[in-house]
Amino acid sequence: MTYVKPAFRHPDAPTNELGRTRQDYEGGLSTLCAGCGHDSISAAIIDACFELNIEPHKVAKLSGIGCSSKTPAYFLSGSHSFNSVHGRMPSVATGANLANRDLIYIGISGDGDTASIGLGQFAHVVRRNLNMTYIVENNGCYGLTKGQDSATMDTGSPNKKGDINMYSPIDLARLAIEIGATFVGRSFSGDKQQLIPLIKAAISHRGFALLDVVSPCVTFNNHSESTKSYEYVRGANTGMPVDFVPMRQEITATYDSGATCEVCMHDGSVVRLYKQDNDYDIEDRQSALEATSHYAKEGKILTGLLYIQRDSEELHDVLGTARRPLNSMNEQQLCPGSRFLDSINAGLR
Amino acid sequence: MQAKQSINDFVIKFANVNGTGSASANSMFAKAIFRMGIPVSPRNIFPSNIQGMPTWYEVRVSQDGYLGRRGGIDIMVCVNPQSIKRDVAEVEAGGYFIYDSTKPLDLRLVREDVNYIGIPFTDICLREYTDARQRLLFKNVIYVGALSALMNIDFNVLKDLVADQFKGKEKLITPNIYALELGYQYASTHFDCPIGIHLERGHRVAKHIEDFDNILMDGNTAAALGAVYAGATVAAWYPITPSTSVVDAFDKYCRRLRIDPGTGKKNYAIIQAEDELSALGMVIGANWNGARAFTATSGPGVSLMSEFLGLAYFAEVPTVLIDVQRAGPSTGMPTRTQQSDVLMAAYASHGDTKHVLLFPATPAECFSMTVEAFDLADRLQTPILIMSDLDLGMNEWMSPPLEFDDNFRYDRGKVLSAADLDEMEERFGRYKDVDGDGITYRTYPGVHPEKGAYFTRGTSRDEYAAYTEDGAEYVRNMDRLLKKFETAKAIVPEPKIKQSEMETRHGVVFFGTTASPAYEAIEILEKEGIDLDTMRIRAFPFNLDVEQFIREHDRIFVIEQNRDGQMRRLMLNETSANAKEKLIPILEYDGLPVTARKIAGMIRNYITHGNVTPLTRRASAEEETA
Repeated sequence: MTYVKPAFRHPDAPTNELGRTRQDYEGGLSTLCAGCGHDSISAAIIDACFELNIEPHKVAKLSGIGCSSKTPAYFLSGSHSFNSVHGRMPSVATGANLANRDLIYIGISGDGDTASIGLGQFAHVVRRNLNMTYIVENNGCYGLTKGQDSATMDTGSPNKKGDINMYSPIDLARLAIEIGATFVGRSFSGDKQQLIPLIKAAISHRGFALLDVVSPCVTFNNHSESTKSYEYVRGANTGMPVDFVPMRQEITATYDSGATCEVCMHDGSVVRLYKQDNDYDIEDRQSALEATSHYAKEGKILTGLLYIQRDSEELHDVLGTARRPLNSMNEQQLCPGSRFLDSINAGLR
Repeated sequence: MQAKQSINDFVIKFANVNGTGSASANSMFAKAIFRMGIPVSPRNIFPSNIQGMPTWYEVRVSQDGYLGRRGGIDIMVCVNPQSIKRDVAEVEAGGYFIYDSTKPLDLRLVREDVNYIGIPFTDICLREYTDARQRLLFKNVIYVGALSALMNIDFNVLKDLVADQFKGKEKLITPNIYALELGYQYASTHFDCPIGIHLERGHRVAKHIEDFDNILMDGNTAAALGAVYAGATVAAWYPITPSTSVVDAFDKYCRRLRIDPGTGKKNYAIIQAEDELSALGMVIGANWNGARAFTATSGPGVSLMSEFLGLAYFAEVPTVLIDVQRAGPSTGMPTRTQQSDVLMAAYASHGDTKHVLLFPATPAECFSMTVEAFDLADRLQTPILIMSDLDLGMNEWMSPPLEFDDNFRYDRGKVLSAADLDEMEERFGRYKDVDGDGITYRTYPGVHPEKGAYFTRGTSRDEYAAYTEDGAEYVRNMDRLLKKFETAKAIVPEPKIKQSEMETRHGVVFFGTTASPAYEAIEILEKEGIDLDTMRIRAFPFNLDVEQFIREHDRIFVIEQNRDGQMRRLMLNETSANAKEKLIPILEYDGLPVTARKIAGMIRNYITHGNVTPLTRRASAEEETA
């Protein structure tokens, strides 16, 4: 493990349309364990933002508490970040988004942070269709407190000590689909090819986008019998490859129309999904729930874009808030002045 | 028997069943007195229930302008047979008991020393109305009409109030005035009107209300208006009595004042959160991102919000929280008042924390302090808790009119713009104390493409917001937060101190809604030769005036509406004065607003007998003073 991040960068490092290199999207050096799945996700976020030509300062990163929630320090150092309290990131993100709807909100959470202490806030941020990308770095255990089971741990999966989890797991992706999420993806930290386009699609989605990313804990939950280990997930992963074609870019690839579907995003970008199954309609909640449970029964994990609802109303649409960010308004827009107060007083006499 | 005689100075109480429409009739009664230019203070004493339980409305009329509760009842208007036994017992000797005489009164309820006025309200309603709902609703209007005759309320004022109340529903005006007349006619033909206790317009100018330019409004509405005027754009809340009407009123005024005329879009956002934790999280997120945001809650909500208050304190995010206190602990008495969140609010959250508290005493202060709270939050980058209570928040109070200076500009505190960042030569340090006042500079997310981004966190950090477990860095930061709290002392509202006319070494301290009955109690005692200086605390941290007041007095009575003397403890904790022996707790915590008589009784008892009346003996002591 290295302790110092090398400052050297090749002078010919490729730049994106903003003239920025990938380095401009990096963060501080990770302090997570070597091989941690979370670091792969951070790298995928860096790639996605670099390739999407996002200005780092237009992103706000939010997180709760836990190993996963530390990671906003490891990508996009040019963005403001808020590492809040355990399980409460959704509410802080909601307030932040209400204040300024023009930023891109990326929330990072873990399975303990989201499925246990934060399950209430998670459910409600889904219901509100807050315009944000919500990534759960899901390893089935509490890493920072040394390996206790989390609520996403599968029934029958042993922890490092060998104790078998007998509780029923919470499947966050299925839960989100059930309660009205408008974009739900599942991925694997070990599958960069799928994860990067999924993150791009999630960021491009207008509304709440959940990415439940299985991200093995190399220290406490990577034994071969664990259903959240690299070995197990590699074997069980039934990945639906995902392509993301940014807006204004011509679609050149040809595809077999039966098992492939294309979804045009709100901003004109296109997500292309290579399905395993022709009957699966990713714009139908019931179909998505059936597909995930079908694979789960066979001991498989279906990954890819599981469900999407195009053209939904995000929270600002529902509330009818002004197009201009609320945090940019001053006395002139906000304060009614003394004359109105006089009329209030008159009405109270 | 001697009937009480009094003009413009009495207490009348209505005993009703909740959910029967009595509230608007009772409110009309109080407002009529107010419009006649006579000081009045009404209070709802209501159950945590929607329909069918006893509820009371107590109206203090005081020509001297005392707005707190006096203690004792002169006239009881009984419209609820459920509570009639205790209602009869509450009337003071010589007082009046007005009841529904449709059925004869149980002889066991007849007292020798009370004047009974029976009016067959039910009979009149049965005769006049066929619809059951109308019979129920108009009964209330009929008794107001009867009181108008009995107590000499200007009938035209009542008619105007009916017209105001039903603006837009004009069809309802005539039947309501007719119901008023039914009551008026019955009372004026059957009784000698007015009775001994009655009203006279402009009888004497109230000495405590300088010109009668007052308004009648509740504190929650005033606080909501304060938030509108302060430029709050985000409100996140969870419904809880007695704070709910704050956000209801904020919503109402925003719908009127904050809709963009061009687009019809809202220049505000209100979220009913899933719980209080989430509500405060949203407020913190919005304030972090540069919008002014607030929440309103009560004690149980503050308990839940403690975690986030600690974050806002430590991560230094401006936050405004309106705590409309009620009787705790736990669910306590949800519809009764108390001042029992003081210590919790001052130190909310684990670890070493201290929060800035404001204590409004009138609706005008609910307004002005809420406006001020947003500036203080931005300037100090910390939570500001406005400590109202049920009595102030939910009851209508006579108050000086609300005032706003159009030259007032929001003070957003130390926020760096993109231009500021460009001009800076040194590296931006979010938690670097550049000015030496403990307050550091912040930036809003998205402000600059290259500069100003930082990592906000509830973990310990260095001056550049980077995570650190270095003990020295941690201590430096914690000490800077203390320095900031010292800075706060100079900018929070100062206490109001009143010197007694005679020099005295005795003082009294109170805050919030205790002020009204306390000032009255001081005058009662003054007439008995007990002179007391007074200090109304308006904010925590205490500034030097508070320390000086403690030092300059040998005995200080600290009056508050809680069991444990929380403000007294805070004073012992947070001032340098060695005052444990000289601060005498004067406490009331039965959930009803403390009365002037009780305060006077307890202080008198201490001065003459060296002790404060124990709770069990207080009822009899109150009778002595009556």
